[in-house]
Amino acid sequence: MLMSALQTNFGQTPSQTVGPYFAYGLAATQYGYNFNQPFDDRVALEGARGERIRLVGRVIDGDGKPINDAMVEICQPDGEGHYPTSVEDAKARGFRGFGRMGTGTDAHNRFVFQTVKPGANAAGEAPFVGVIVTMRGMLLHAFTRAYFADETKANAEDAVLAQVPAERRGTLLAQRSEEGGQVTYTFDIHMQGERETVFFDV
Amino acid sequence: MAKLDPRDWDSHPSYIYPGYKSTVKRGPTKPLIPIKASMAELRQPVYGHDSIGELDHDLTRNARMNGEPLGERMILTGQVLDERKRPVRNTLVELWQANAAGRYVHKVDQHDAPLDPNFLGAGRCLTDSEGRYRFLTIKPGAYPWGNHPNAWRPQHIHLSLFGEHFASRLVTQMYFPGDPLLQYDPMVTGTPEKYRNRLIADFSLDITEDGYALGYQFDIVLRGADETHFENR
Repeated sequence: MLMSALQTNFGQTPSQTVGPYFAYGLAATQYGYNFNQPFDDRVALEGARGERIRLVGRVIDGDGKPINDAMVEICQPDGEGHYPTSVEDAKARGFRGFGRMGTGTDAHNRFVFQTVKPGANAAGEAPFVGVIVTMRGMLLHAFTRAYFADETKANAEDAVLAQVPAERRGTLLAQRSEEGGQVTYTFDIHMQGERETVFFDV
Repeated sequence: MAKLDPRDWDSHPSYIYPGYKSTVKRGPTKPLIPIKASMAELRQPVYGHDSIGELDHDLTRNARMNGEPLGERMILTGQVLDERKRPVRNTLVELWQANAAGRYVHKVDQHDAPLDPNFLGAGRCLTDSEGRYRFLTIKPGAYPWGNHPNAWRPQHIHLSLFGEHFASRLVTQMYFPGDPLLQYDPMVTGTPEKYRNRLIADFSLDITEDGYALGYQFDIVLRGADETHFENR
């Protein structure tokens, strides 16, 4: 028997904010609490197929300030466009395909994922990373995607990017840089303002 | 490829709700762009029983240092379903909460109430073959916060789920029946009135264990899809 509210009023459970204190529950190891966490910054492990990159960014509020209590989760395929299908598959390929980081431990309030550049998963689709962002001050999370600025041709042919007004497309492009052999893609998420990131109803 | 049922915008709070002040500078202001889900949104994270510790579901025992945590023991259980009333099996449920005094372990929480050395306030479990989860914990206390003068959060427990898809993600809070603070709480009042009762658990004498702990039932409904994925099981 369902709980009483759902017997007469069945439907999606409303979202509520993750609040300011999620760290020891959802990202305990990252924040130094004595509890483990099922997902972290390591999306690609040793042996993962694809170009090794860091996906780095900040989450920025309507005043232009980096937010220090946001949580970012990502989902992506490996460099061959393959999503892990099981725990065994993830272990065999050294690729988890999923990451979670709070923005409260980095000195610049960045999220920093250790991953590989994803391959396209389907024909006609540009490579991208699915992103969920949530925080204190959001009663429900938002979905966005990080595309790769250097994938000019694939991006130009991507059906989802084509739905985004041209002047806002740039908010979805992670920018490549290289230093000492380390490849970084930077993807800042602007919650509001002139450069407000495109969020999707997916 | 699965086709997702839409996010039911009527059931969820808005991104910006001025009664909850910090939404004003943090919620997106531009209309969302509707897109068809791709595999990135249809996947669920892979994890197995080896990522769940034996005591992870029992917050009365998973952080003991020198004794038992203080407070009223309780059982929180319920079924996770999709909108088509299908059980969501083997899915991760993560939980965190304040202790009985209304204090979080989190370093940022400076509320002048005692920490409990034997209580962390975090747990996780996987749903069973009927989509049921079960936690043993301590009833959390109410606590003040800075949103407005004399603001108090009702007693609540935070819950985080993915369900079968990245896009069926839900972060929510369960509240207790009859709590007089519910009417003053902007997180509750920011939720459309018609659907607020879905956030309130039932007290259940059937779940209550004689001589041990009070029982509460909190069922959770996630977005569904027109097919289910089995490859992660």
